[in-house]
Amino acid sequence: MTVSRRGLLAATAAAPVLMRVQDALAQGIAPRRGGTLTTILTPEPPVLQIGVNNQGPTLVAAGKIFQGLLSFSPTLEPIPVLAKSWTISPDGKEYVFKLQEGVKFHDGHPMTAEDVIFSIMKFHFEVSPRARAIFALIDKAEAPDPLTVRITLKQPFQPFLLMFDNSACAIVPKHLFDGQDYRTAPAVQRPVGTGPFRFAEWQRGNFIRLERFADYWKPGQPYLDAIIYRIVPDSQSRRLALETGQVVLTQGSDIEPFDVPALRARPNLEVSTKGWEYFSPLAWIELNHRVKPLDDVRVRQAISMALDRNFITQRLWFGVGKPATNPIASTTRFHDASVKIAGYDVKAAAALLDAAGLKPNAQGVRFTLKHLTLPYGEVWSRLAEYLKQSLRQVGVALELESTDAGSWARRVGAWEYETTINFVYQFGDPTLGVERTYVSTNIQKVTFTNTGGYANPKVDELFATARNAADPKDRQAAFSAVQKILCEEVPQIWLMEMAFPTIHDKKVRNAITTGLGVHGSFDDVFLTA
Amino acid sequence: MRDFWRRFRRNKGAVVGLVILLLVVLLAVTAPWLYPASPWDMAGAPFSPPGEMGMLLGTDSLGRDVAAGIAHGARISLLVGAVSTAAALLVGVTLGAVAGYLGGFADDAVMRFTEFFQTIPSFVLAILLVAIFTPSIGSVVFAIAIVSWPPVARVVRAEFLSLRGREFVQAAEVLGKSRLSIVLTDILPNALSPIVVLSSLMVASAILLESALSFLGLGDPNLMTWGFLIGSGRSVIRLAWWMSVFPGIAIFLTVLALNLVGEGLSDALNPRLARQRGGAA
Repeated sequence: MTVSRRGLLAATAAAPVLMRVQDALAQGIAPRRGGTLTTILTPEPPVLQIGVNNQGPTLVAAGKIFQGLLSFSPTLEPIPVLAKSWTISPDGKEYVFKLQEGVKFHDGHPMTAEDVIFSIMKFHFEVSPRARAIFALIDKAEAPDPLTVRITLKQPFQPFLLMFDNSACAIVPKHLFDGQDYRTAPAVQRPVGTGPFRFAEWQRGNFIRLERFADYWKPGQPYLDAIIYRIVPDSQSRRLALETGQVVLTQGSDIEPFDVPALRARPNLEVSTKGWEYFSPLAWIELNHRVKPLDDVRVRQAISMALDRNFITQRLWFGVGKPATNPIASTTRFHDASVKIAGYDVKAAAALLDAAGLKPNAQGVRFTLKHLTLPYGEVWSRLAEYLKQSLRQVGVALELESTDAGSWARRVGAWEYETTINFVYQFGDPTLGVERTYVSTNIQKVTFTNTGGYANPKVDELFATARNAADPKDRQAAFSAVQKILCEEVPQIWLMEMAFPTIHDKKVRNAITTGLGVHGSFDDVFLTA
Repeated sequence: MRDFWRRFRRNKGAVVGLVILLLVVLLAVTAPWLYPASPWDMAGAPFSPPGEMGMLLGTDSLGRDVAAGIAHGARISLLVGAVSTAAALLVGVTLGAVAGYLGGFADDAVMRFTEFFQTIPSFVLAILLVAIFTPSIGSVVFAIAIVSWPPVARVVRAEFLSLRGREFVQAAEVLGKSRLSIVLTDILPNALSPIVVLSSLMVASAILLESALSFLGLGDPNLMTWGFLIGSGRSVIRLAWWMSVFPGIAIFLTVLALNLVGEGLSDALNPRLARQRGGAA
């Protein structure tokens, strides 16, 4: 196969990585070499091999060890990492990545196109269901030379680049995995990547220490000598560790929302909820459409209008999060800001229920629904109580059921619930993270599929159009149309665009620079004196 | 009866306990009139300190009135305490009576069965039962009853063992009364005083158990209880102490009152012991 001579479309390629350092210089702060960053990881991950485990804590810590071809800005524009530049053919089927020069794995082996192809076609294809679903679209992947990777798709797939972030497709060393069981290979226990920090020590239940990789491909970087992830199981101890300066950075679920206001008030700390744009988790009330009267669109609209989303974000989550406005989070691509669900209006909600023929009885109850409380901690219990009270105002009695995390997943997966709370990552593009909840082809007895059982042929068609279209304009048109329909039909009751607070001492610089925030490589993070 | 009251009154603590207990009962009975709205209603701004916005004891993180929660919680706490104690008494007295009166193999069998329950830490067993049967008022009462009957069975057995050899029991046997009738009309009334004392303490421990379960989020999610109030306020205790302190005081006072009353009952029902103590004081 010869290199295609079709005009290759120059894709977005910028130099935001360097810009950030310049920004820092412009502010009069030169990056300082040295120092150890002590932070926290909650809960302790089982392994640090991305792909073998893709849970939050693994992605955070292993994000320093491994790198992907790309990363993404807060607006989800691709940023070069291991890929220096890339081009996409006009028909949207051929992707050519030029790799950075002089990249070495932590064991000294140079990284080449072979490693990249192995990572995509073999490693992640086998270990990660999410990657397999997308990489199955690849017709072939070739290496015309050691620093070039050419991927040909069977059909155009516009969100394809989003799959090359470290969290989705970390580049792993072929020589340490090929021919072995990827899940049990020795390298899983002693991860080897190309990232700015290499795995040094892991005392289970105590800490993980990563140390500076001297042969890192960016000259002079990373600035830090080491990163220590401490394992602290109790949330109040974590807060204390941050307050006393024993750790200088916390992320994810380290700090409970109710502790955030007090930490915000501390002058030496900075609280940010940015850096989750790539994941953009959206939380909603999951309705089982098989349960009457939830199959009635007026009932769903009424429930949605009976809830004050500002109260939820401000009072329950203490401002960590934003009210949801439609099924696509505002930080995900193709979010249409002009399409919004109906606002908080108790009177209109009651009127809708009257119109649906659900009259209140002597106790003022129109109908009773069960609600399976999400067993992820206290704030979710408070949310269930809030929903119960709010819906009671319009005559809907919510009966709360408690359960444990395993039973919750089993019951939602088996459709054995009436209402519950759910949240999923959107992965930057509605085709990757939104479609699955609403298309009828994905009604499965598996958690995080269309477990509610909503089916609308028009919605199926629009999601399919958006999936297959090569032109972002066509996709936007389809997604806008689908957002309109979903906002009218309210198949699920979107509550909140979730956020996780990243809290750090002000001497920690560049903790959040991309749409992946603390999942990034930290090669530009430094501590001021 | 007057004699009983006179002896009870001699224990000052018991009288104080009785007064507190009556106040708590009064609060529970009048809760629907004092706070006609549901205790789950968001009545005011969240995090209002006590005294502000017309909220006597402040509001919790959702703006629910803490005072209303305590008043309505009193109903649940007392109800759980009473019902689970009654259930535990039913099981414990029956088994204890069988073991103590029949003796022999029946005694061995019942006591080994009782010991089986006594070897399992009661709180752990209660958590396990509630978790298995999903938290609801019924499963909570059931779990508390299951873990609290063994001491009753042992006490009743001991009483029956000592009473069954007495002359009046032998006389009843000679008269040809049925065993059931002897147990119910001759022995049981004479074994009642330790059971009464024990049951007042059992109500107290049942309230504590229920609160502990609710605190851990294993209470009935649809009922307002004191343990729930503390559990939900615990995480924000540095921001809003009143959410957990007032329900804590309510539990403390109620349990203390029940213990004082139990002691008073013990004194009143065992005059000889009381006199000894009175003499020592």
